[in-house]
Amino acid sequence: MALLKVANLCVHYGAIQGIADVSFSVEQGEILTLIGSNGAGKSTTLRAVSGMVRPSSGSVEFKGRSIVGLQPHQIVKAGISHAPEGRGIFSNLTVAENLRLGAYIRHDSAAIADDTEKVLTTFPRLKERMWQNAGTLSGGEQQMLAIGRALLARPQILLLDEPSLGLAPQLVQTIFSVIREINRQGTTILLVEQNAHMALGVAHHAVVLEVGRVAMAGKASDLAASDAVKKAYLGHG
Amino acid sequence: MPTFTVTNFLQTLVTSVSMGSLYALIALGYTMVYGILKFINFAHSDVVVLGAWFSYVFAVKTLPAMGIPPDQATWWAGGLVLIMAMAACAAIGFVIERAAYKPMRKAPRLNVLITAIGISLLLQNTGQLNFVFGARPAGMPALVPTTPWSIGGTGEPGSFGVKINPVDVIITLTAVALMVALQVLVYRTKLGSAMRAVSHSIPNAALMGINVNFVISFTFVLGAALAAAAGFLYAIKYNLQQTAHPSWVMLGLTAFVAAVVGGIGNIRGAVLGAYLIAAVQQFGSLYISSELRDVYVFAVLIAVLLLKPEGLLGKVTREKV
Repeated sequence: MALLKVANLCVHYGAIQGIADVSFSVEQGEILTLIGSNGAGKSTTLRAVSGMVRPSSGSVEFKGRSIVGLQPHQIVKAGISHAPEGRGIFSNLTVAENLRLGAYIRHDSAAIADDTEKVLTTFPRLKERMWQNAGTLSGGEQQMLAIGRALLARPQILLLDEPSLGLAPQLVQTIFSVIREINRQGTTILLVEQNAHMALGVAHHAVVLEVGRVAMAGKASDLAASDAVKKAYLGHG
Repeated sequence: MPTFTVTNFLQTLVTSVSMGSLYALIALGYTMVYGILKFINFAHSDVVVLGAWFSYVFAVKTLPAMGIPPDQATWWAGGLVLIMAMAACAAIGFVIERAAYKPMRKAPRLNVLITAIGISLLLQNTGQLNFVFGARPAGMPALVPTTPWSIGGTGEPGSFGVKINPVDVIITLTAVALMVALQVLVYRTKLGSAMRAVSHSIPNAALMGINVNFVISFTFVLGAALAAAAGFLYAIKYNLQQTAHPSWVMLGLTAFVAAVVGGIGNIRGAVLGAYLIAAVQQFGSLYISSELRDVYVFAVLIAVLLLKPEGLLGKVTREKV
């Protein structure tokens, strides 16, 4: 059974269609990436999964149970953590407070402290800035904070929206090796990326969205080798 | 203009601190709700009035029913009245948010503002009904000693002395204790960081697993409880006017100005603004004219809006178009 199963998902923002018909499954333990151009509906799909927008039709099942209509905080409790587009950090709070809020649903202080230590080992830059307001962090540091914070919920599946956006190439490499490491330690990942090259390199499976529909889907390595993907998303043809 | 004397100055300072404490308790409710929902809860000052009137009812009805004559009330009886008034208003704050504001969560802000004005009128006029508080002013039992303490002052020319009313001390101590408790709650607890997260971004706070509706309700409950405390303290200092009396509107409006002057949405700013406004009001009354006491308040508001529109401790925010 798939960990997360999205079927015939359709989302409207008022009269505007966000996504028309999106279906895919994420298996336990894998990285699945949604790629596609601007406006293809990648972020909207994530927002529908985490309950930030309500789909107009279609289904989202997590561990075989429908989560459509649940409040976002209930979906977090169910085991889905979403690091949103734009990072969604609280710039008026310190880095430490942001991390603590990541573990808001948990009450096991000792384990939270251990997990926080792990996050700080992964991102040593955050350790230096623990007591600074998160608004003073650079873009890359904010992205590290967003990912670290999402991990502190101990999710079964982590939704990452454009983790490479606006980052220097070297930092993009770092972020992607962290994503691979998080996955290796057992967290399933649903990754939305515009950087198709990096995303296909790290993912097991991939789904290509075009104007709110699934255009192609399959193994990431197969898609990376396909002429259509090469031409449209990898910049060589 | 009276000549400057140390006695006058100190006496006015005492009054300023006491009034500033009252304004601060009220201003906190305005600023917390604005911080989270970005609208001015114009019914907030009416919760203060209800707090004052609940205190009156609890003092003249509930205390005697418990066998305590109000004029012989001990400090804990006064504390009991305070807690009961805070609990009653907290419940009302909860109901107002759930029944009137929550359904408007996605409506344009102007609609919510009009709803708030409607709730304000509803509370004022419900309070005037005969089977509620009635349409007559009332005399609140003092609950605290009324003999002022004299400090200094030998009666000789040139010596100075200040008279301090116990009620002013109680107002200040109670308000400061509540404000310290609020400060600890907001800046030192998990729930407090959730409140600050919600005030930064509701959708992103929800992604942390925070139950946003709970946090919003809690904020209203907290604001209403502080308003009730202000109402209680106001009641033991002054007599009570009927619930729709304009003097209540002025009390609420002054506290609202304090919140704006300090930087609306900023908790420490509200407290700073409240003490500043009270000082300007009291010292203006002393040295210029007491008839213009409300003019000073709005003069400060206009000056702040012209020179530092975000308020003394407020942050500049760009309006999203």
